[in-house]
Amino acid sequence: MTLRPILLGGLAAILFSSSALAARMDLTIGMVLEPPGLDPTAEAAAAIDEVVYANVFEGLTRIGPDGAITAGLAKKWTISEDGLSYAFELREGATFHDGTTLDASDVVFSLDRARAEDSTNAQKALFSAIEKVEATGETTVVVTLSEPSGAFLYNMGWGDAVIVAPESADTNKENPVGTGPFKLDNWQRGSAITLSRNENYWGEQAKLDKVTFRFIPDPAAATAALLAGDVQAFPNLPAPEAIAQFEADPRFIVAIGSTEGETILSTNNKKPPFDNIMVRRAMAHAIDRQAIIDGAMFGLGTPIGTHFAPHNPAYVELSETYEYNPEKAKAMLAEAGFADGIKATLKLPPPSYARRGGEIIASQLREVGIDLEIIPLEWGQWLEQVFKGKDYDLTIVSHTEPNDIDIYARDDYYFQYENPDFKALIAKLNVTAEEEARFDLYRQAQQIITDDAVNVYLFQLAKNGVWDAKLNGLWENSPVQANDVTGVSWSE
Amino acid sequence: MAYYIVRRLLIVLLTLWVASVIIFAMLQVIPGDPAQLMLGINATDDSIAALRSQLGLDVPLLQRYLNWMSGMMVGDFGYSYTYGAAVGSLIAERVVVSLPLALIALTLSTVIAIPVGIFTASRRGTATDTTAMAITQVGIAIPNFWFAILLVYIFAISFRLVPAGGFPGWDTGLWPALKSLLLPAIALALPQAAILSRVTRSALLDTMAEDYIRTARAKGLTAQHVLWHHALRNALIPVLTILGLQFAFLLAGTIIIENVFYLPGLGRLVFQSIQRLDLMVVQSVVVLLVASVILINFLVDLAYAWADPRLRREG
Repeated sequence: MTLRPILLGGLAAILFSSSALAARMDLTIGMVLEPPGLDPTAEAAAAIDEVVYANVFEGLTRIGPDGAITAGLAKKWTISEDGLSYAFELREGATFHDGTTLDASDVVFSLDRARAEDSTNAQKALFSAIEKVEATGETTVVVTLSEPSGAFLYNMGWGDAVIVAPESADTNKENPVGTGPFKLDNWQRGSAITLSRNENYWGEQAKLDKVTFRFIPDPAAATAALLAGDVQAFPNLPAPEAIAQFEADPRFIVAIGSTEGETILSTNNKKPPFDNIMVRRAMAHAIDRQAIIDGAMFGLGTPIGTHFAPHNPAYVELSETYEYNPEKAKAMLAEAGFADGIKATLKLPPPSYARRGGEIIASQLREVGIDLEIIPLEWGQWLEQVFKGKDYDLTIVSHTEPNDIDIYARDDYYFQYENPDFKALIAKLNVTAEEEARFDLYRQAQQIITDDAVNVYLFQLAKNGVWDAKLNGLWENSPVQANDVTGVSWSE
Repeated sequence: MAYYIVRRLLIVLLTLWVASVIIFAMLQVIPGDPAQLMLGINATDDSIAALRSQLGLDVPLLQRYLNWMSGMMVGDFGYSYTYGAAVGSLIAERVVVSLPLALIALTLSTVIAIPVGIFTASRRGTATDTTAMAITQVGIAIPNFWFAILLVYIFAISFRLVPAGGFPGWDTGLWPALKSLLLPAIALALPQAAILSRVTRSALLDTMAEDYIRTARAKGLTAQHVLWHHALRNALIPVLTILGLQFAFLLAGTIIIENVFYLPGLGRLVFQSIQRLDLMVVQSVVVLLVASVILINFLVDLAYAWADPRLRREG
């Protein structure tokens, strides 16, 4: 082996990269997980939306970087007085990537497909309020609900509710055909997905002409790829330990944003002794959230006191409701009749927030006499034992679905929490459309679950974004699981 | 010789069949439902049931095993649950990365190790020998993923000579593709070379202590002549054994290196598929890997027979 080709290759790479700097039109984004398929209506994996949401597929409405609902494929809509009928007017000139025109029948097809009996949509509940969907013209659709649904427009902005065409719906998994400003160029499985600009896009053209999503699972490799310039952005870097290094480097921007991931110590509310509210409150007093954030997440994360995202306008700051006070926790446990301590299990899924956080929580709870046996689980086992089987005492998991406080009203959910007042509140929320009234109900809901200490609310998962300082337009927060690159560009 | 080969082949087939049963059975005991995992925690029960029947998970176990086996007989490995693509094509996409990587690493390791082994054996006890053996000791002790990251920091980040990872695909040209396999191949090859050179050295030294070598020397042949013409071929058996083991390891055991360099190889495919409970992919790839290991062993057995004529007769 001679050195010469290496040196020549290196020289060529240097020359090439400097000439490309002038008018850069491409971008490589790093992600940890590869999407299993590219159809957001077929599977739950967040990585699917992180590639295709807003880039390849669009819904009637769209969730923006601030979490607000904006117009998507529906340019406007009117809601009937009783809140049961939504008339959508679609964009003119919108086409699918295969050249077919988007019309009202595609919308009818997409929504009917998602709510059909044999539908495999991962978020079928989003469509449960729909009674019928009718095309009233070439570009007008009326959706009739069986009961008013305050979240309907928001629901239609989820990746699971994007509009697909009947001709391509079954093959979107491998060959996505959407209406977005980017289309699939190439998928090198296990390695990278490349999108190229859709020149026939109905709206404003994307500024980049090629975007590659490269999948890098290893934290050290992710850091190295950024440093070497192989990827120019990591919207959520898996190496929190490297954040300080990037902050000190002027070539990079570090943007610590918020996600919709409420990380909680989920508690089996029907299993003794955790069916006792005093025990649950004592646990909340025994846990030092900041110590967990510092120890497990390298200081990245916001303490929370309820199941709601701090960046949401309806958020109530409740993280000090049960202040950290081990003595008080011990006294409360004694009062509840557990002066001799409690033995329980803590089942942990694979993510590092759970595995590392679990160790710290176990040691904090040991201080007050709650002795936890840690049981690490794979996701498949976790879903089977904890989520479906409810065979657990405590577990740690991040609930990443946006605005999902309504899970506390679900029958037979894995928290096993039953509160008729809370159910009534959510039922009211579902039929309330007026924003301020909804916010008010959300605030009440947060207060109830915190008062009941259903789970111990730990912290909001941070989004550790690192990207080239010359890049503009990437999202700092992720109100929805997406890497929307439609507005991203390079500054000279 | 023919008898020897036929007998070996029968053993190969039997091993393969037993392996397929074990692999299939083991994957069935892994807890978790692939459909539930794919649809996540908000999925309704009827969505999960619909997906299970779409994936063919509602078919009885024995039937599933038979379908899989009969498919494989005609080269049809079924469809991946998650990718939706044919498992055969998924494997083909990955083999074009893993196989060249393993071959480059094996070549590198052999080209380095055999000369080092011979050289040190012929200068046993000298300072060169001691130094070389000390270096190989370090080579064995260093974990390859750590060495890989070190290589990345030097050659990809500081000098920017090669990419830090990834694989551009063979269609981008021979050189860009080879360039991206260079660091992973070196990271894989050096620890292997360290082991192989030690084995070569000690095998040669053992052979050199044999009576027939002394006889050859007594006939008046030079030490070098005896080494090259009498000792080397006889020392090859242990070297071939290690080479066979190393190639099998390089094909299947590169998961860590493939992760560090985010290469779309077979190891990464298995790793991803296990995480996603994509059993169709896991069982087929694992059977294929078992088959290749068995095949390599078979070839090594044949090579033994070539290196040592006595094995042909006794076989």
